[in-house]
Amino acid sequence: MRKIALLGMPNTGKSTLFNRLTGSTSRVGNWPGVTVELLSGKILLGDEMVEIIDLPGIYDMHGFSEDEQVVRHFLHDNVPDLALVVLNATQIERQLSLLLQLKQFNLNMVVLLNMADESKKSGITIDTEKMSSALGMPIFLLSAKYGTGYPEALQSITRSLRNSTPGMTETVRNLLEQDEHIEQEMSRVLRDSVQIPARLPDNLTDNLDRIMLHPWFGLPIFFGIMYLLFQAIFLFGQPLQVGVNELFGWLRETAIAPLLSSLPGALQGLLLDGIYNGIATVAAFVPLIVLFFLFMAIVEDTGYLSRAAFLMDALMAKMGLDGRSFVMLLMGFGCNVPALMGTRVMRSRSLRLLSMLVIPFSLCSARLQVFVFISAALFSPKAAPLVLFSLYLFSFAAAILTAVLFKRHYPNTEPFVLELPPYRFPTLRQMVMRGWLEVYQFLHRASKFIVAGVVLVWLLTNLPSSAAPASADTFAGMIGAWLHPLFAPLGITPDLTLALIFGFVAKEIVIGSLAVIYGLSGQALSGALATQLDWVQAYSFMLFTLIYTPCLSTIATLRNESNSNKFMGFSIAWSLALAWVVSFTFYQSARALGY
Amino acid sequence: MTLSSMKPGEIATILSIHTDEALHQRLLAMGFRIGKQIEVIRKARFSGPLQVRIGTTDILLRRIEAEKIRVKV
Repeated sequence: MRKIALLGMPNTGKSTLFNRLTGSTSRVGNWPGVTVELLSGKILLGDEMVEIIDLPGIYDMHGFSEDEQVVRHFLHDNVPDLALVVLNATQIERQLSLLLQLKQFNLNMVVLLNMADESKKSGITIDTEKMSSALGMPIFLLSAKYGTGYPEALQSITRSLRNSTPGMTETVRNLLEQDEHIEQEMSRVLRDSVQIPARLPDNLTDNLDRIMLHPWFGLPIFFGIMYLLFQAIFLFGQPLQVGVNELFGWLRETAIAPLLSSLPGALQGLLLDGIYNGIATVAAFVPLIVLFFLFMAIVEDTGYLSRAAFLMDALMAKMGLDGRSFVMLLMGFGCNVPALMGTRVMRSRSLRLLSMLVIPFSLCSARLQVFVFISAALFSPKAAPLVLFSLYLFSFAAAILTAVLFKRHYPNTEPFVLELPPYRFPTLRQMVMRGWLEVYQFLHRASKFIVAGVVLVWLLTNLPSSAAPASADTFAGMIGAWLHPLFAPLGITPDLTLALIFGFVAKEIVIGSLAVIYGLSGQALSGALATQLDWVQAYSFMLFTLIYTPCLSTIATLRNESNSNKFMGFSIAWSLALAWVVSFTFYQSARALGY
Repeated sequence: MTLSSMKPGEIATILSIHTDEALHQRLLAMGFRIGKQIEVIRKARFSGPLQVRIGTTDILLRRIEAEKIRVKV
């Protein structure tokens, strides 16, 4: 199958374009010569299927950053039949440098000038025909966001694919050093084909930034936005969650249980109380995740995340991190795994490692599920959002403490230079696409863990067969009892200890495993928890869940990204130790104060 | 003078850039070229980063990096 490589600088809308082109066919895969996984998808061009690979966004081809290395190695070992270069039309006067560098590699190229809608608004006029003949390659204006300009571009891509790629020679790499040549070429091309107004009109972004980045109001507005976000997720998420729960309960009673009634008792138990209950519990959290990523997509796609980096950098610098670490920390509130992968934008290894040590303390959506469930069960509807908010504060505190403690071990020499994109209205399509993709990935990732995890829990709580299910005589009870001396000072019961063990696999299965341990789900499980625990125990349990190792996926990512078992081991050990100390301190202090 | 000592709203011309090779390349790709006009839009509180504008691009950079860029108002 022919391959098209998608290339461009960060902030060019490359991912939006990729999503538009490939729809939902994209998947993650490995490629020769590169150590990171890349997203690829298939599209029909003319009468053949073609594979498009989304390469990391890079500023130049010199190979100083890891992403630049990835692109260079990819192009060297997997010469594409066509390089599709995406440039931001509003920044054409500087993005042209990347195109001219790529031109030296003798690749078969088609250029897409994205964000045509924005460049038009800014009064930038680009004569694509003139530019095309000056550079000797097809160039098209389009808008990935609004989907305009596609047919012509796709036709040209199909045509260009018929030409074979001359390929890349080793000597071309050395040509890269001759940047002066590129400067001259750039001004020549720009002079003939691009007109940029001397000063951009006073626009919406400038006016908004006067408020959002205000010297005094900027930070309060930022924290206000974050607080509203969490309130909104809770407000809309919970009724939906209850609804899904009821739906699954109804389905079980009316369809699944009668269907399985002819099977032997133990198998029925495994299928119904093990697998079905686990899946039902997880499904109930899907609305919450959709909501979370919808809101997160708004914050990210509007360009507010970079503003957050600007506002937070002074504080983060004191912790040995930078504004980007903070952005990744925020991304971690969705899921730690992409946030850890996002640290690749940092060039300094020590800054990356420190950021990666800190990110797993971000209260991710999987942990949020646990906290929403338990705080709803143990606290009044009025107190529950406050409990949730306090856990977010603990999450930040754990991250800050870790950064301050270890910043000397990971001294940062990384310069902080970041682009500030204009504010953009995210389109509904973009948001829905994002929400769908995240939920799909969550279900995809979680399903393996959850089915395996929940079945394991069911087996542990039902074997040996002589023991009463979930009693002290089962394997589960034995493990809980064995670990009990370690967890008793935290107020954590043997049942909860077991849930914590399974939480090591994935936080998604904590509530699922409790459902199996208690043999109850939904409202009934809430009731059982409320009678067996008081709020101090529940809060101590939530603190431990918040701070200790998030999940196996995070551990695997930590290992992949740091390329070090030692670092991974250290991260696990530190988070376990911190979790124990924090829970211990909280539980013992609360009891000493008479709660 | 250096970029870090400019005040918000001031416009200057870049005279020279004194950084290591890696940062220099990054700055070049972002549009920091000798002779280009640069405007300081705002400076963050607590000695935080600067927001500068070169052509149509807005860029955030720390004061410590801005000190390495010499400009002429």
